[in-house]
This record gives sequence, structure tokens and C-alpha cells, in this order.
Amino acid sequence: MWDDIFLIPFLTGLCLALALPILGCFLRLRDEWLAALAYAHVAAAGALLALVGGMAPAIGGMGAAALAGAGKRFFSKRLAGGAAFALMLLGGWALAVLLAANQPLAERLGHALFDGQLYFSGSDNLYFVLPWCLFSIPLLAWLSRQLLLARIYPDYFHAQHLPAWPVLSGFDLLAALTLALATMTLGVMGGFALVFVPPWIVFRRARSWHSGLLLSSLIGSVGYVAAFAIALGLDQPFGPVLALLLIAVGLLIA
Amino acid sequence: MSNLLIRTEQLVAGWQQPATAPLDLRLSSGQILGLTGPNGVGKSTILGALTGRAKIFSGEIDLRPNLRLALQAQDAPPVDGLPLSGKELLALTGASPEGLPPWLLERLDQRLDRLSGGQRHYLSLWAILQAPADVVLLDEPTNNLDAVGTEHLAIALRQRVAHGAAIILVSHDDAFVSTVCDQVLVLKGASHVG
Repeated sequence: MWDDIFLIPFLTGLCLALALPILGCFLRLRDEWLAALAYAHVAAAGALLALVGGMAPAIGGMGAAALAGAGKRFFSKRLAGGAAFALMLLGGWALAVLLAANQPLAERLGHALFDGQLYFSGSDNLYFVLPWCLFSIPLLAWLSRQLLLARIYPDYFHAQHLPAWPVLSGFDLLAALTLALATMTLGVMGGFALVFVPPWIVFRRARSWHSGLLLSSLIGSVGYVAAFAIALGLDQPFGPVLALLLIAVGLLIA
Repeated sequence: MSNLLIRTEQLVAGWQQPATAPLDLRLSSGQILGLTGPNGVGKSTILGALTGRAKIFSGEIDLRPNLRLALQAQDAPPVDGLPLSGKELLALTGASPEGLPPWLLERLDQRLDRLSGGQRHYLSLWAILQAPADVVLLDEPTNNLDAVGTEHLAIALRQRVAHGAAIILVSHDDAFVSTVCDQVLVLKGASHVG
């Protein structure tokens, strides 16, 4: 199991299993959990588009997600109430399926992205994911107070004559890029399972915000390790095993 | 006046359209100003204009340079289903728990959504009232409070201004306003009675 061929994918996924549940807590705080699916589909479409255009899929995926994350604020009045994420999800899915259906080159990668292709992650992914997680986890901790204030006391920034947009746009961009990396590594649904299920459990069970963030990351990483071992041992695709395991844990303790 | 914090001259504010009659207002440190009047005369809109959210249609607002405002809005903070403790809420705004009533102090480690509506309201209010600010704007602070909570709030407001802050209080509770306020403006739509 610990040959390089499995160790690198394992470590890459473990970094994301620590970071994604924390990101998910903030998305849930902002009632934006649908963003996980939306950015994942946009990233998948961007990756396929890049592949067809002769570019590296990772760059296309991250670029598309970053563009969607940064751009959604420009349409915020027209796309209130989560409509932005629903449209991103639909648009990303439609484009990805059309590309996979019409471009043989895109078909294989499309299947990998939507099925969950953790075992195909190479050292290139790890070189992106590890520094990104080392950067994004402390950044989220630093943004925590501002994001909580923006949610609980939305007038706080106005009253202090401070602009809220750098915090909110910064978070959007961080979420988009993290979810794009997760999609490239764990697949669309594997990433979504880690963003959605651990935060759902801790929002019901945790005693405080800080303990919730820690617990969420712990559930994500333990679930990830267990799913990795089970999927490898039983020769099953990783994404569905992870999703089923987290659902079972969630139903048991949430 | 050297300790003047806020001055408005013929201020007319609103959201999409003008919602208040022209308002002249002076607020100095150590003062509690009450804004009362029937629904729809724009009491909350005035607070919105002071914080820069509502639109100013005419007149002007002068705030002392670098003035720090804190606003408690009427809407309850959305904490249902959120794992946030009372202690964490106070830390968010930088409010000290010192001076909280014993019935809240002993519950600071609990999640906010496990507290009663009145306890949650008072803690949310306290987080704003004790935040580092020169002027505290309170919109209907006695909503959801019982007699004990209202009495404790009145004492806390007086202690807050005794330390140099000023407070603008919007309320329908005439008895509370007359008890705690140094000055009361009754908004009547077309004119104000000082």
C-alpha cells in the first residue's frame, strides 16, 4: 500500500481531507454549501476545455473556478439566493458532458473527474495541493472572525466604515481554487463529500465554532484514511466508498 | 463643542426613496439619545444612514473623524444551527463579559442556539453594547427582554456612557426611553419634538 504509486495519491488526498471540511464549515456558515458542487463542475468543465485546447487540465480547471469565484460578485444582485451556484453547476455540468461526448480526448478525463480518480494523482498534484493547503488552512483561520462577523452582524463592516468585499471576495476565490484542486484530485463527488458531510455533523454536534472546525477536519481525515484503505483493499473506486462511509458516519452521530 | 461625536443637519434619509422628515441631531460623548415615534417614521432608517447603509437624500451627517460605531439591528442574528458559543460571540466583537448578569455568565460556554430567545437576544445585544466603539446604536433593544433583563440593560447603558461612549436608542418602549435617555427625539414624520 505504501509504494510510491499509492503513497503520493494518499498524501495528496490527506491534505485535502484536512482542509476541505474546514472550508465546508465556512461555506455552510454562509449558506453556500452548494458552492462545492458548483465550483467542482466548473473546474471539471475548465479542465476538459483546457485538455481539448492543448493546455494542462489543472490550469484550465483552476482558472475556470477562479474566474467563477471572482466573477460571481459582479452578478450578485441578479443571482441572489444561491442562484449563482445553481447556474454554475448546470453550466459546468452541461459543458463538461458535451465536451466528453464530442471529444474522445476529453471522454477519459471526464470519466475520471466525475468518478473520482484519486489513484491517478501524481506528484504534480501533490506539489500544488500541499503548499495550497498549508496556505489556505491558516488563511481560513485568519478570516474566521471576519466571516463570522459578516454573517452574524452583517452591519458590522458598514458601522465600522470598513469594506467587506475584500474578505468576501477573498473567501470566494479561496473556495473556488481549493475546490478546483479537490476536483482534480478526488473527483467531483469525493471532494463534495468532504466539504459537505463533516460540517453537517459538527454543525449539529459541536459545542463551539473552534471545536467544530477541529472536529470537522478530524472526521474528514479519519474518514478519508478509512475509505482509502477499504477502497484499496476491496479494489473499489475511491470516491463512492468515501461518500458511503461519510454518510454512514453522519447518520450514526449527527 | 469639543466632545461632539455626531451632528446631522436637516437629514433626510431612506432606502429607495426618502423615508424621514428633516432631522437635526446632536450627540456628544456620555449622552444617551432616544429616538421614538410610530412605525414608519424612519427611526431605523436614521441608524442606517449613520452607518452608511441607507441613502442620504438631502441634508448632511458629520461624524467625528475616526468615529467607531457599533450597531445592534432589530433582526436577531442568524445563529440557529450554528455551533457558536456565547464566549465566541463576545470575542467576535471584542466585548468583555464583565458586567453580564449571572444568569448569562454561567451559560457563556453553551451554544447560542441552546439558549432561550431572551438569553440569546441579551447576549447578542451585549456583544454590540460592549464592543470597542465611540457610539453604540441600538434598535429596539428591549424586544424579547423580561423585566429583569430590561432593568439590567438600563444599568449597563448608564455604565457604558459613564466610560465616555454615547448611545442612540431607537425604541417603542416609552417607559424605558424616559428612564435611560438624557434627550429624546420623537419622530413624527413631518416634524420632531425635542
